[in-house]
Parts: sequence; structure tokens; C-alpha cells
Amino acid sequence: MLPTIPRSNRYNWSYQLYIFLFFVYLIAPLVVVASFAFNDSLFPSLPWKGFTWDWFINDTQPKLGLFHDRSLMNGIGVSFFVACCVTGLSIAIGTSNAFLFERYEFRFKQFAYILLLLPLVIPGVILGISILVFSNTLANGVEDHIGWDLEFLRPGLLLVVLGQFAFITTIATLVISARLKKFDRSLEEAAYNLGASRFEVLRTITLPYLRPAMLGAGVVAFLMSFENFNTTLMLVGSDAPLTIAMYDRLKEGSTPVLNAVSLFLMLGSALLALISILVQKEK
Amino acid sequence: MSCDLECQHLVKQFDKFTAVDDVSFSIPKGSFFSILGPSGCGKTTLLRMIAGFYEPTSGDIKIKGKSVLSTPPNKRPVNLVFQHLALFPMMSVAENIAYGLRRRKVAKAEIDQRVKDSLERIGLPDAGSKRIDQLSGGQKQRIAIARCMILNPSVLLLDEPLGALDLKLREHMKVELKQLQSQFDTTFVYITHDQSEALVMSDQVAVMNHGRFEQVGTPQELYYEPQTPFVADFVGESNHWEATVSVQDSQRTTLTTTSGLSIQTQTTSNLEIGQTVNIYLRPESITLGQEQTTADNQLQASVKSVLFDGAKSRAIMTNNDAEEIIVSLPQTGEFSDLKAGDKLSLSWRADIAKVFTNQA
Amino acid sequence: MNSSQTRLTLILLLSPFLLWLGLLVIIPHIDMFFLSIREKVAPRTYETSLANYAEFFTEPFYWNTLARTAFMSILATVLTLIIAFPVAYYIAKMLRGKTKSILFLLCLLPFWVSELVRTFGWMILLRETGVISSSLQWLGLIDGPIEFLYNDVTVMMGLIYTSMLFMVVPLVSTLDSLDDSLIEAGYDLGGSKLSILKEIVIPHSMPGIISGCIVVFMLTLGNYLTPILLGGKSSMWFTGQIYTQFITRFNWELGAAFCFLLLIVSSTIVWLGLKLSGQTLASTVAKS
Repeated sequence: MLPTIPRSNRYNWSYQLYIFLFFVYLIAPLVVVASFAFNDSLFPSLPWKGFTWDWFINDTQPKLGLFHDRSLMNGIGVSFFVACCVTGLSIAIGTSNAFLFERYEFRFKQFAYILLLLPLVIPGVILGISILVFSNTLANGVEDHIGWDLEFLRPGLLLVVLGQFAFITTIATLVISARLKKFDRSLEEAAYNLGASRFEVLRTITLPYLRPAMLGAGVVAFLMSFENFNTTLMLVGSDAPLTIAMYDRLKEGSTPVLNAVSLFLMLGSALLALISILVQKEK
Repeated sequence: MSCDLECQHLVKQFDKFTAVDDVSFSIPKGSFFSILGPSGCGKTTLLRMIAGFYEPTSGDIKIKGKSVLSTPPNKRPVNLVFQHLALFPMMSVAENIAYGLRRRKVAKAEIDQRVKDSLERIGLPDAGSKRIDQLSGGQKQRIAIARCMILNPSVLLLDEPLGALDLKLREHMKVELKQLQSQFDTTFVYITHDQSEALVMSDQVAVMNHGRFEQVGTPQELYYEPQTPFVADFVGESNHWEATVSVQDSQRTTLTTTSGLSIQTQTTSNLEIGQTVNIYLRPESITLGQEQTTADNQLQASVKSVLFDGAKSRAIMTNNDAEEIIVSLPQTGEFSDLKAGDKLSLSWRADIAKVFTNQA
Repeated sequence: MNSSQTRLTLILLLSPFLLWLGLLVIIPHIDMFFLSIREKVAPRTYETSLANYAEFFTEPFYWNTLARTAFMSILATVLTLIIAFPVAYYIAKMLRGKTKSILFLLCLLPFWVSELVRTFGWMILLRETGVISSSLQWLGLIDGPIEFLYNDVTVMMGLIYTSMLFMVVPLVSTLDSLDDSLIEAGYDLGGSKLSILKEIVIPHSMPGIISGCIVVFMLTLGNYLTPILLGGKSSMWFTGQIYTQFITRFNWELGAAFCFLLLIVSSTIVWLGLKLSGQTLASTVAKS
């Protein structure tokens, strides 16, 4: 029960075995994905046919490596672009929301807070569909009444960005609010008292204090956007972000180039995780 | 007299650090025993070994004459009142008190009756259905003790339970704890770093430092007859000077402090001329005012500052820029207008100052 | 700050909030609701009716799929709790200092990687030509290849895997807040391991259990990738059905109705869970 409470050896041993098995379960799929990226075989499966870098660098079919696979590389580019847009937008709106909920009292605040949490409760598939439906209604309405065909309201990158932004903003808001809540307001009052204007107080005191949380929220937003599948699936047009491109390959059955791109994603995530942990420490 | 609790050569080591170092003691039945020491002296470790949460590195613990080392904490006939009480917030007061009885599969009707009796005994007959967070600090204290006492433990261990209370309540609870102890007639082992708690409540006090017992005795013995410099320093307040032995005859020894104050003390066998010693003199043993030709030590000093603290008011005195001497001010009105610069005569008996050689 | 200035800032902060939530969440859902109560009677002519909802109830395949999805989600939630609790307890109570934070991080790390990659890993392990099947053949335990994919047990295992993080994190944080001395006090007063677990540890960690369960349930119910990839065509997952209606059959009206039915089932079960445990959405979802 506790390290201080005596336990039998068998109890200890079986508990530790359970924990060990749990971590094997947790790590196994990732280890498998990563290791098959180096298997010199056309399929990501046993038997092991020797180590190769081909799945990263080879430039001819059938062993087309990741760096020469146009559709996957294009997917990475698209995902990167989308993730940057979503990150920027959600930090901006998230910060503004954090101030709204931490600093101001207004009618229906409780209700508004519930609404704020709503995007987390709605399944990603449905969130994507509802935006698809609404943009379609808008586009059809404009076309019927004015006769313009608004291309950007059709499935495509704009809708993907908006769809991801819709729920990632909630997460950014929660992360930034949590830090703003801990802020000692007397620091602002002191700065004000020392002659700073409202805007200067915000710029020199409050925002620097919030920076770790904003960076942390940014890392989370970037990752969630890069890895999002459910919402994106419903809104995607001709430019497929990486997860969609990978999904299409996965359904067809693919060469280990998919493992290579997965390993690439893992390393990227690990790097970002590391950054966010360092940023958290800075607090 | 039978002993409820006996510890023999207890040692507890954590890696390289020895928290409890060869401690032996025995506690007679029904007494209030305190372990007094600064934080980090090993008193909590000792208590947790008795409760069973740590296993001693070596040594033995006997309760009512039987070794309990192989008995897990949930079966030991000792109970522990935790520092922050550890009342279960998810249960009502009555459920908290009944917890141990339910574990013993006591019949429901009997549990109810005993909980009711117990609540009456601690003067909270109507608190049974309350939640823990509705209680005041003192009430929580009593519930925590009742929760243990309902199991009729051979020994009740208390881990600084008064620490979290404010001063007034703490003073009150000291008296109340003592009363509860005599009412239950159970052996209490109480650990604290607050000397006043230990002195007021205990029959016996052990002063602990660096994992060892420095001295075990009644509060009076500790106060009047400290055996080590640590006890002299830790229990009560003392003026402390370093000095060398300058003159010695069969009755009197003259000591000279580093800045030249000379002090008469009783001769003890272990002192030699030129030896360095430590002198401890309690501020309340010094008589102020009248010239007393009979006094062994007598000197003129001027007031440097007055530290007013009601009954515990003191003055810092100095004689010719030599040593500073802290003196208690009797609250008889005589010294109520004392101020810095006033000149007074100080005197004390030779046998009242405690002298320890350096290596002691 | 004077009151007109306060008002101005409030409006400045409130408008992006309302624009974001209104345009991207609330109005789209209202629009989708209108779509769901619309029936196509002739090309480009529509009537308001509940026909789409009626179709759901009259076609057993649809409501079976929803019932099955809900049931599997509840089961996955319970199993996740049972598997995660000992792990969370171990991390929160048995470990100290560095080992504790490392093991906790190790629990989180797999979830920084896309669900797609993790599911891909399970496919490599479990499919007919996969690692487990090949290894078992090599060991001589089975004669021919075995297909571990495309059955309910595998789907369940995948769902539990995906949900693990959202259970472990709230559990570790509530168990962390349980004062060790409460457990020791229970033990000192004669409690056994089981009774302490039942009367002290579980009641204390109830908020964490509930919030973990709610989040896991919602995520599982709305999951798409895991059931489709690990369960294949036979998975009968309701989000898969929604996708079919929208993208494959292009029957948006029925698909919209399905979305609402899923939302209703999800909110009802979550609401029941919150009511039974006396907690609020804000106290559970916002923390995780």
C-alpha cells in the first residue's frame, strides 16, 4: 500500500511485474513501428531481412524512400502549414479568452464557460462534419443569391484550419488561464503605480509572465494540429495533410516508407515534448 | 512496576545516515512519556518504528513484555495520532471513530454504543454525524485521540499533534491532553520539539539529539539538573559563556570568560586549572537589585535593553562591555520602569550555574 | 480603470470569443440540426420532417450499431479504469522523486505520437503476417498464420490503449493528493489492504475516477480511427456509419441525424455519470 507498510515479497514482485507488463503494452507498438522503418523488405513485417536506410533515402520504386516520396513530403508540408496557422490563431484567441474569463465579470459567465468547454466534448468527426455542413450552406446560399462561387468555403485547407482551430483554442485557453490565475495582480498595480500605462503594464509585466504558458499552449496546439485525423478527415480537399496521406496508404497496404514517416513523426513529437517540458520548467 | 513499552538498543539507518542511534528506554504503565528534540533529531523515526511503519535496523521493541517486531502495524497494540491527525475526510466523525472497531468486525450495535460513549467522554456527544471539515482544531484533536483510544491500545503514540494549532488553543490543549491521559489511564508517548508541551504534560521526558537520548528524567530533573550542555541549552533558556578555569580550591572554582568576566562556581572533581569549559546560567536564577554580600557571585551592570514580554520579560545587562547577561525581570512592579542605562546589581549562587567541560 | 474603459475591453475580449464559438461551433451545429430534420421529397425540394430520425429507429442495423458502440465504449471505460488504477497508484504512492517523474513521463510519452502511428503499430503486431503471428509460428506454438485483427477483442484492446493516458493522468493527480498518513492511520487502526482501498483510497480518488471515466468514455464513443483500422469492415462503429452517410452515400440529412443521436447518447451518459457522482463538467473536463 505504501513503501512504509510491510508487504510480502510475492506481492511486491507481482505488482512490479504488472507495472512492467503495462509499460511493455504501452511501448510495444511504437518500438515495432520504429524498428521496421529499417527493415530491408517490401512489407513492414517479419522476417527481418537486414538493416537499410532505403526507406528514408532511396529514390526509385518500388523502394521509394520518404525523402523522395512526393505525396508524403507534400503531406508534411501541408500539415506544417496548417499547424502553424492553427497554432498562431489559437494562441491569440486563447490568450484573449483567458483574460476574458480570469479578469472580467459578465452576465452568463458560467454559461459561457460551459460553452468554452463544449468543443472538447464534441467528437472530432462531428465537429468536422458540422463545419462542413455550415460552410456548404453558406457557399450554396451565396451562389444561389449572388451567383458567386466561393471556392474557399468548399472542403480544403481553410476549412481544415478552422476545424482544428475550433477545438484546439479551448485547450490553449485552459492552459493559459491556468497560469493567469496564479498571477499576482499586485505586480500589475505596482507597475501602474510606477508610471506605466495600461498597455505598457500588459506588454512589460503580464504578457512576459504568461509567455511560458503561451509557448506551452503553442507546442500542444502544434502537435494536436499536426496529428489530428478525425476533424481533418471530414474537411480535407485536394491537398492532403500528412495524417490523411498516411491513412490512404495504410488502407492500401504500404511499404515500410510508412514506418519511416512514422518514425519521423515520433522524433518530431519527442522533440516538441522535450521543448514543452523545458518550457514548463522555466515557470 | 510493569512496563508497557520497552525499546532495546534501537538503531535505524537510512543508507549512510543513522536516524536513531542505539536508543534504549522503558516506559512504566500509565505514564505520559515525551520525547523532546529539535527537528531532524530522529524522534519521528523512533515513533514510526514503534508504530511499525519503519523496521528497525537492529534492536528490539517490546510491548507488555512481548517483542512486536514481526507484528505489522495494523495488528500492533499501539495506535498513532498523526501530526496532521489524518482524520478521514470521506467519513463522518462517528465513522472515523468506528473505523478500527469495524476492522475488528465488532457487532454494529456495540460499535454504535462505544462510539456514543467515546464521544461523550471527549465532550462532543452531538458531533457524531458531522463532517470532519465542520470541526474546530481542538475538536479534531479530540476526535483523533478518541479514534485511537476506542481500540484500547497498550500505548498511544502522538506525533506533535498540537503543532498546527494556534497559541491559545495549544495552551488549552496541553492541559486537556494531560487530563485525557489520566482519564484513559493509558501510556502516552508524545513527541514534540516544543519544550513547554513536554514539560507541562509529561511524567518523564527524554531529550533527543542526533539520534540519541541525551537525558531521560522528570521535567524538574531536566530543568534543574541537566546532564549535558545540549539539555542545558535546549530545555529552558540559558546564558551561555565559554570560560577557562583560573582558580580552584576545595569548594570554589573561579572561571574567567573569554572577555574577562569572572564567575564563582562549585568545585567539581573533573575540572583542572586552565581547562576550557561551558557555563550555562538561567536568566531566572539571577537576583536583581539589592546588594547581597552573602551571594557567591555579585556584579554591577547596566541595562542595555529591556525585552518586555509580560510575565516572561527580560533585560539584557552588560558589565563594562564584557559579557552580555540576560536576566529575567520579576513582575512584582519593582522593575516596571526599568530603562536602558539604569545601573543594577546582579547576584547568584555558585551552585546554580551549570558547568560542562568541552568534550562532554 | 473607469467603467466605460472596462466595458470597452470587455467587448474587445468578448467578440473574438463569440465569433470563434458562434461561427465554428454553435451555428454549425444549429445548421446541422436543421439539416437533420429535412427530408428530400423531390430534387432540390425539401420538407421539414423527422423522417431521418424515424429511419434510424426502423432500421435495426443503425440502432444496433449505436447501441453496440455505446456498450463497447462503457466496457472500454471500465476496463481502462481497472487496468490504469494499479499503475496510477504505483506511480503516485509507491514511488518517490526522480523514478516517479520518469515513470509518469513514460506513461505520457506514447500519447505525444499520433493515434494513426500507434494504431499502425498494433496492425504490424497483430495482422496475419504480423510480428506476433510470425513469432508464434517460429516458436512452433501454432501451425499456420493467425489473424488477430478484425475482431472485437482487438478493437477493445486498441480502444483501451488509446484511452490510457486520459485515465492515468487524473488518477495519478488525485492519488497524489491523498495524504500518506491517511493510509497509515487506516493501517494503524487495524485496516487490511482491501478495506483501506475500499474505504479510504477509492472514496478519496472518486473525483479523479469520474473525470477520467467521462473523458475516456467521450473519446471512445467519438473514436473513428481505432475501430475502423483494427476492426475493419465488421467493426460497426457509429462514427464509421456517420462517415459512410456523409462521404460515401452522400446522404447528409441522415448523417446529420446520426450526429445528433450520437451527441444525445454521449451527453446523456455523461450527464448521468456527473449526476450520480455529484460533479460538474467544468471540474472534470477542464482539468484533463
